[in-house]
Amino acid sequence: MADVSEGLTPEVLMDMYYHMVLARVLDDRMWVMNRLGRAPVVYSSNGHEATQVASAFALDRGHDWVVPYYRDLALVLAMGMTPRDVFLHLMGRADDPNSGGRQMPAHWGSVDLKILTTGSVVTTQMMHAAGIALAAKLKHEPTVAMATFGEGSTSQGDFHEALNFAAVMKLPAIFLNENNGYAISVPARKQMAVPDVAARAQGYGIPGVVVDGNDPIKVYEAVKAAAARARAGDGPTLIEAKTYRFVPHSSDDDDRAYRSREEVAEAKKHDPLLVFEQELRDQGLLDDAKHQAVLDRAKAAVDDATEFADTAPDPDPSTLGRHVYHEAVL
Amino acid sequence: MAMTYLEAVRETLRQEMRRDARIIIYGEDVGVRGGVFRATEGLQEEFGEDRVMDSPLAESAIIGTAIGAAINGLRPVPEIQFADFIFPAVNQIVQEAARIRYRSNGTFGVPMVIRAPYGGGIHGALYHSQCIEAFFAHVPGLKVVMPATPYDVKGLLASSIEDEDPVLFLEHKGAYRSIRGEVPDERYLIPLGEAEVKREGTDLSIISWGMTVNSSLKAAENLAKEGVSVEVLDLRTIRPLDTEAILTTARKTGKVLVVHEDNLTGGFGGEVSALIAEHALFDLDAPIRRLAGPDVPAMPYAPSLEHAFLVTPEKIEAAARELAEF
Repeated sequence: MADVSEGLTPEVLMDMYYHMVLARVLDDRMWVMNRLGRAPVVYSSNGHEATQVASAFALDRGHDWVVPYYRDLALVLAMGMTPRDVFLHLMGRADDPNSGGRQMPAHWGSVDLKILTTGSVVTTQMMHAAGIALAAKLKHEPTVAMATFGEGSTSQGDFHEALNFAAVMKLPAIFLNENNGYAISVPARKQMAVPDVAARAQGYGIPGVVVDGNDPIKVYEAVKAAAARARAGDGPTLIEAKTYRFVPHSSDDDDRAYRSREEVAEAKKHDPLLVFEQELRDQGLLDDAKHQAVLDRAKAAVDDATEFADTAPDPDPSTLGRHVYHEAVL
Repeated sequence: MAMTYLEAVRETLRQEMRRDARIIIYGEDVGVRGGVFRATEGLQEEFGEDRVMDSPLAESAIIGTAIGAAINGLRPVPEIQFADFIFPAVNQIVQEAARIRYRSNGTFGVPMVIRAPYGGGIHGALYHSQCIEAFFAHVPGLKVVMPATPYDVKGLLASSIEDEDPVLFLEHKGAYRSIRGEVPDERYLIPLGEAEVKREGTDLSIISWGMTVNSSLKAAENLAKEGVSVEVLDLRTIRPLDTEAILTTARKTGKVLVVHEDNLTGGFGGEVSALIAEHALFDLDAPIRRLAGPDVPAMPYAPSLEHAFLVTPEKIEAAARELAEF
């Protein structure tokens, strides 16, 4: 077994922290843009930053694939998407690298960054991760494919089919559940009759791991171990990162209808940004000045992205019919 | 050499797999058993278990994983055992495979061929006899291929595998062993979207695709003995659609009978008819006529009921004769 903490140098820890802060600052700005009427809809990673950033850092970025869902802003930032890219996507601009302005915000995708294009029907992506892993296995490449999904997705048939297919074929896949306790308004207890998503792994003959999704070190170690297992040819792992979403499902949702303010306040005591900040201070890597420098850097990047996307051109209406089918390069 | 429609499928798969190491085949019973119709018989022996795989019995997984495999550089040719079983995979086909290129602004693509046996007349009853083409022909981003002859199977299947986009390749079960024809040994491609006049004629045109092309040719042969000259146009692919060939034959004979085994209402014959009505109405000498399966949920089991459902050469002959006399 490889050392699962391998690679967590001070520089990497600080880089992880920066990406978590960047995601939060970017996320907050997207909500501002929404309330200003500049962005029709926003989906947040707010609260999931530790799970998403640490899991990306535990992969071989640039080589391994992530197959995300709409909650994964912090994940795609950690994979290399820039704040400018995110804002071009948010505002549906022509140069949006995810979709050229065709998809709703938070429908990620980048060939270069190995982020698979995303649809809106939840859980289909788990099958795509299994397929990417299947190709990697048949080509004898050391590639891992990691799918992410909410706990609501575990009720879908595709969840079962993907886990079973990947397990039977021993595919180099990681299935990372970001369990925040709610599928929009429906609590996990109405979604499943077991306390842990990870318990289901047993039915597929694969490891199921529960991890504190607010602790980036724990998430990193779990994903690192799963990736090592996948690369060794031992098959997929189901990881359940227990976390919380601090904001409504989307900018069109009002979470006061289904959860108390006390519950949210309690959860915020375990805010992954606070948890990690304390960890870094304890390790002597962060002090007030360095903390402020991280915030300033993130804010500058988000300011730049906002300004950049604000004046970027919209897609040309004449391109509506393009890319239905492959276009031969002349 | 002469071979059956089924042998054409198998030999084309073999030839393509020898040529392109990226091609993999998987689905239910396609490996050791060589498929329930033997379309993949002997392929696992030749290409190994990595390239010809028995998969778990789950259509959505077969197609969903093929999408991922295609994006990661392979050329999957998954089999859906019966076209009737494709519906659990519709979300993956329609919402994912067909939309991935468009939604990613052309940056991702899904080169994949889904083979599925369709059609009735083999005592398959409601769930082993369906024609499913109309559901999928409605979907931009997909291609729908329906060969009628062994020669076309080879050229169209090779083209489908080479195509950069998802193709639904529908093979008629009734044709598998009953339709024989000459198939050259060497590789050749038939472009997707090119119809073919399978028989020249002057009095009326039958437009069809898939197995009913063969039934239409039989009807045309019989009518020739009565002095009725029937042209038979085989669309071969219904998406992309050869609109020019449709309008050309309609203008040539002035009378059009559209024939398909799928049930009438919402069938693809409606699209063909609408095109002619829009673009060639004043070249017509008679109303466009459609002959199709009846509007019942699917084909029943008992031979008497099955026969009553089917679009037989006799029914085509009668409809064509009536149209010729109009």
